[in-house]
Amino acid sequence: MTLQSATGPVPAMERGFSARQYLVCLKGILIREGLRFLNQRERFISSLVRPLLWLFVFAAGFRQVLGVSIIPPYKTYVLYEVYITPGLCGMILLFSGMQSSLSMVYDREMGNMRTLLVSPFPRWFLLVSKLLAGVTVSIMQVYAFLAIAWFWGVKPPWTGYLLVLPALFLSGMMLCSLGMLLSSMIKQLENFAGIMNFVIFPMYFASPALYPLWRIQESSPLLHKICLANPFTYAVELIRFALYGQVDWGSLMLVVAFTIAFLGGAILAYDPSIGLLSRKQDTGGNA
Amino acid sequence: MLRRLTFLSAAITVAASMGSPAFGYMVYVSNEKDNTVTVIDSTTMEVVRTVDVGQRPRGITISHDGKFIYLCASDDDTIEIIDTATYEIVGSLPSGPDPELFVLSPDGKTLYVANEDDNLVTVIDLESKSVVTEVPVGVEPEGMGISPDGKALVNTSETTNMAHFIDTETHEITDNVLVDSRPRFAEFKPDNSEVWVSAEIGGTVSVIDNARREVKHKITFEIPGLRAEAIQPVGVRITADGKKAYVALGPANRVAVVNAETYEVEKYVLVGQRVWQLAFTPDQKTIISTNGVSNDITFIDVATDEPIQSVTVGALPWGVVVNPN
Repeated sequence: MTLQSATGPVPAMERGFSARQYLVCLKGILIREGLRFLNQRERFISSLVRPLLWLFVFAAGFRQVLGVSIIPPYKTYVLYEVYITPGLCGMILLFSGMQSSLSMVYDREMGNMRTLLVSPFPRWFLLVSKLLAGVTVSIMQVYAFLAIAWFWGVKPPWTGYLLVLPALFLSGMMLCSLGMLLSSMIKQLENFAGIMNFVIFPMYFASPALYPLWRIQESSPLLHKICLANPFTYAVELIRFALYGQVDWGSLMLVVAFTIAFLGGAILAYDPSIGLLSRKQDTGGNA
Repeated sequence: MLRRLTFLSAAITVAASMGSPAFGYMVYVSNEKDNTVTVIDSTTMEVVRTVDVGQRPRGITISHDGKFIYLCASDDDTIEIIDTATYEIVGSLPSGPDPELFVLSPDGKTLYVANEDDNLVTVIDLESKSVVTEVPVGVEPEGMGISPDGKALVNTSETTNMAHFIDTETHEITDNVLVDSRPRFAEFKPDNSEVWVSAEIGGTVSVIDNARREVKHKITFEIPGLRAEAIQPVGVRITADGKKAYVALGPANRVAVVNAETYEVEKYVLVGQRVWQLAFTPDQKTIISTNGVSNDITFIDVATDEPIQSVTVGALPWGVVVNPN
């Protein structure tokens, strides 16, 4: 990044950068994120191992050999591994959204993010660029996972692979901006374990990723309500329908609404004049 | 922009319509428990209508011209004739008590009926609607198959565990072949060379050489995670080219796809619960299974052997036949 010319506190940013300059900045962030991802091959593998473990081991142990009953968008009986695949795509997006939030905390601590945040571009643009970079990487992970799942017998129609792209993008944006919002609230890297326990796991388990919601409703109406209040529920359903060539409009609208809310929150939180970041930084680990 | 969208949607519509058969066939499903026949359009895969019929409808077949459905109303001890144009019951055939399954001769003139309760095969002349003769067979006759050349009739008896070969000219049993426990169904290969007999309790399909009248191969099934007892072969259908066979596996909720030349099971297709009988559409692009316990039927694509869609029908769907037109 060669845009470190700004000195002192970041001034109001709209000083008339050209679109090309914005693109240079976006490209820089995307390349950095991409390179970081490619250089950390373990990260790529580990990001795939998690959903694959669920697919190969959990689904095998949990396998309803006689099929999961028909619920939309499925038109006939499906095996459990087919059922959980969209949920596992969501899981990749959820974990990698949170991981990019982890990297934000790390970056802030180690200085990279500070370098980025003092660049003269408007902060919302920097954050959105960072978000796009994170989502792009996680979408690549999802496609790698879907490719392996294909050999495991999870074969949605080919149109589904195309239609799922916007669904993955939107869901990724929602989860990444949630991660970003959370990252503005954590002071130090160590707190990430807390995010894991209090955000990722509850979101993942209280969703239709692993079991249909009607089944949850049967066992606990309260839990069903919690699931309905969970943004991740709608991300999973949006992906599930898209993978089978359909649009779940309700989920789509909710995912868009949640994305706007989380992204807006994150931009506000990272705004130095009003956000949480400036206050946190006083007590943070990068003084 | 709008024009481009219209064009795109038109293109999608055309592409979508190209993927499905040019015209729909009518599919008739007998529902054992609620005494109805459900009519489904094979293109839209939607229920068109439900017809009230006699008690406990099971075996179902159709005349070669597609004008009349023949239906075993088992508890009414009769075979009902249903007009496919009006869906009215236009007549009945003297079937003898408790008819369960039957087969129409290749010339379409004779109906051979298995009477489960009195161990007989009843031969009915369709033109005069009268019984030609009765052939005594083993205990609890059920499965009926006729060779495409019309010369040999096979009846399976559930309790005797035999496939009885009956000469269609003399109406006498010529051979008895022992198969596995509770044989349910007999299906000839299109070239008359073999007859496949499924055994529900035995869990096998016996391939009987039609010339020597001996079992030449036994097909077994194995599904990971399922008890062997849950695999109960019932309905069998072989494609017109004689290359592929489909076997309904009862409570295993699957239809096995078998290579009819090597007898290897190639795939298990997941369908609804307790899959019972099967029928091809006349173009052989689709095979339909009746799933008794889940009250639905599943359309399976023959080219890919993937299930396409399941459609809810009446209670306890048993038999299925597709109109040839």
